[in-house]
Amino acid sequence: MSSERKLVTVTIDGVQVEVPESFTILAAARKAGVSIPTLCYLKDVSDIGSCRVCSVEVEGSDALLPACKTRVVDGMEVRTNTELVQSYRKLMLQLVLADHGLDSTNYCFSCAKNGSCELQSLCRELGVTESPFAPEKQTPRQAVLDANPFLAYDPNLCIRCQRCVGACNSRAHNHTLHTGKRGLRTSILAPFGPDWKATECESCGNCAAACPTGAITEKRRKAYRSWEVTRTRTTCPHCAVGCQLDLVVKDDRIVDVEPAPGPSNRGMLCVKGRSGSFDFVHSADRLTTPLVKNAETGEFEPATWDEALDLVVKRFTEIRDENGGDALAAFACSRSTNEDVYMLMKMARTVFKTNNVDNCARV
Amino acid sequence: MTNTIEDITQDSDVIMLVGSNPEEAHPVLGMQIRKAVENGTKLILVDPRDIGLAKFADIHLKLRPGTNVAFANGVVHILIKEGLVDEQFVSERTSGFDELAKMVESYTPARVAEICNIDERDLIAAAKLYGSAGAAPIIYCLGVTEHSTGTEGVMSLSNIAMVNGKLGRRGCGVNPIRGQNNVQGACDMGAQPNTFTGYQKVTDPAVVEKFEKAWGTDLNPNEGTKATEVFPAAIEGRVKALFLFGEDPIRTDPDTNHVIKALTSLDFLVVQELFMTETAKYADVILPGRSFAEKEGTFSNTERRVQRVRKAVNGPEGPQLDTWIFTEIMQRMGYDQPHLTAEQIMDEISSVTPSFGGINHKRLDSREVGGRGLQWPCLNAEHPGTPIMHAGKFSKGIGTYSTAEYRPSVELPDDEYPLMLTTGRVLYQYNACAMTARTEGLNEMSGSSFIEINTKDAEELGIEDGSRVKITSRRASIESTARVSGKTNPGETWMPFHFQDGNSNWLTIAALDNIAKAPEFKVCAVKVEKL
Ligand code: SF4
Ligand code: SF4
Repeated sequence: MSSERKLVTVTIDGVQVEVPESFTILAAARKAGVSIPTLCYLKDVSDIGSCRVCSVEVEGSDALLPACKTRVVDGMEVRTNTELVQSYRKLMLQLVLADHGLDSTNYCFSCAKNGSCELQSLCRELGVTESPFAPEKQTPRQAVLDANPFLAYDPNLCIRCQRCVGACNSRAHNHTLHTGKRGLRTSILAPFGPDWKATECESCGNCAAACPTGAITEKRRKAYRSWEVTRTRTTCPHCAVGCQLDLVVKDDRIVDVEPAPGPSNRGMLCVKGRSGSFDFVHSADRLTTPLVKNAETGEFEPATWDEALDLVVKRFTEIRDENGGDALAAFACSRSTNEDVYMLMKMARTVFKTNNVDNCARV
Repeated sequence: MTNTIEDITQDSDVIMLVGSNPEEAHPVLGMQIRKAVENGTKLILVDPRDIGLAKFADIHLKLRPGTNVAFANGVVHILIKEGLVDEQFVSERTSGFDELAKMVESYTPARVAEICNIDERDLIAAAKLYGSAGAAPIIYCLGVTEHSTGTEGVMSLSNIAMVNGKLGRRGCGVNPIRGQNNVQGACDMGAQPNTFTGYQKVTDPAVVEKFEKAWGTDLNPNEGTKATEVFPAAIEGRVKALFLFGEDPIRTDPDTNHVIKALTSLDFLVVQELFMTETAKYADVILPGRSFAEKEGTFSNTERRVQRVRKAVNGPEGPQLDTWIFTEIMQRMGYDQPHLTAEQIMDEISSVTPSFGGINHKRLDSREVGGRGLQWPCLNAEHPGTPIMHAGKFSKGIGTYSTAEYRPSVELPDDEYPLMLTTGRVLYQYNACAMTARTEGLNEMSGSSFIEINTKDAEELGIEDGSRVKITSRRASIESTARVSGKTNPGETWMPFHFQDGNSNWLTIAALDNIAKAPEFKVCAVKVEKL
């Protein structure tokens, strides 16, 4: 706490800022309005400092330093955009690209994340289109783990940034996604393989939301390209946590959900919000026409809105006039909007003349 | 909730979680509780089952279902004995402490341990841990309310917080986690027989007069009948017509036979729905409505936070907006109700509801609010909303205590029905599954009925993990699959109520809480046999 309060002054690309001494160079730069590219870094989730894309020059230091991991000190002078920094970043990005299994970005168009991949957009931003480091002999492709109904892991596209591990540990707090070793190299052990049911994974998808590339993805992602969709911010329809989410819409159909930073969910969702909150909207068995039961056959028959509404009005009026409003009742759904519930309640009290109105709060 | 999810999971030293399984029923809250525990917050779990959080709990009181009031009275008893009463809070902000102290006198740790079937030392340790913490919230869920003594259970928990002065500040409070996404809103909006919007009482003539003026019509002065009492009233012929908006009581209400009997006793039943539900099959008229993704509006979450719902798609052709349907019925019954947009409806709500005075769509969409919603009470356009209730003063002035004694559940195990059954939710489905079961992957994760039974009972009954079993209560028999483990105590079983292939609500009892009339889902008596 006390270190939060002590302020230091640093200069970033000539801009002076005062920040708490607990800040990293990256945080200070964001405050100064200077943008530093990042890849493996994800605020509050992952800061392993492995990709080096955020490297900067610091006066008095021979080596370039990763902005996401280096703390500020008073009087520090930082340069984020020198030629040296630029070429180093490119080099690092070329290494990541090679690790991603590619010798150029020409393959990206076939990936589900094309257009919303952070590696791809960084490459474009820094002008990297090819990598001289790509392995001459292609390593054999590893099997994709996709037995989980919603999530898939393609190890071939993994860049070992470990943002997914950070998301499972410090967002979902579930600790089911680990790193392992494959030869000398770190690998990700994602619980989406054939034994997915036996793992502790809750299929919340917070790892997929954190993955910058197409390595861990929601399978829904395949159904659309990022430029084909629009997003609508709304509230999850399931439980009372009230998570904020974006419905991803293509051609008037919801194709996916993305987490949004709401006050109660702070960028997280659970499996129901992420994967179970919209299929029902487009379900083929939605009721689309009013139905009136034929008293003789007991079968439902389609009716026009006028026919159905007039029948409802006639019967409710008759019963009310014969027995008084207390013989009528109306229940609201505790999953519909405040505006809907208010109007139902108003209908019950003003025209049914009853206070027999309730909701399913008790069940 | 009196507080926010953020402050109770970030600023608390101890969390007391009662009858709540947030990892499955409110998963994103569950994640934040796991985080709190990882960051050093102590967890006291009061729950009859070994739910997932049990492995993180510092103390787990695996109490007998239906004994929450005894537990709470026992904690107050210990707080008094241990000198953990916040004298200043009690004298300045509450009244009736002496009667409370007298009532809990007989709730000695030994007696409470006996009633609750827990270790007396754990109870004392839990009371001291909560009582001596700087900040500690009580968080509870339907495991407290769905009992014939549910309301008393809630008030008894509030006693603990009041006696110990843990209300009205960050990291404290008494925090019900509402079940469905807009239960809070439905109650706030006056879908209750005894209140208009914002809990304005139907029995208050000044309130009725205000609404008569605002709506330009005469209103019925009689307090209404609660939903769960409407069914008996229908069977007796007192209620003859019912308008059900988006509910499926055949699946979600206790004692299914009783519900069916009530629905078939009605002269006229209208169901407004998205799908042909089990309940809709009994309707005379079904009106197709619109889903949350096809409309503008707001939901109020368990923090009393009003947040926006926005239209993303047009949806199928044919259904109508629910507000359009209600408005048409009002007009056709002779009431001059214009068709309004959701935004205009919220303006009307705000004009008749003091606690919503500063809430409207424009403000919710503004930069000022920044996508964080507004927590009522929010009195006017300048009011920032109320994250923490009862700061400095109770909303009703002085806090009062409940002096309710422990009463056993209505239906306890006996020779014929020797096991206790409680019901609840699983992670992958929601209530009657009308929404979730239309996502194939969720059914693959969890798509059919099961019953959890203790290893010891299973052995005696010759039941193995995975055996098909028949479960019988006084009301009905169903079949399901046994899951044998130590999750429940011997003598106790547990079932989810989502699945129609063995829906526990055929078994549950329609005994109602004496005050709020919530059904006693959590406890009934059954026998289990191997098939
Ligand atoms: S889906 Fe959730 S629980 Fe499963 S590995 Fe990813 S973050 Fe962890
Ligand atoms: S995403 Fe999960 S936790 Fe959040 S509101 Fe929806 S159901 Fe509840």
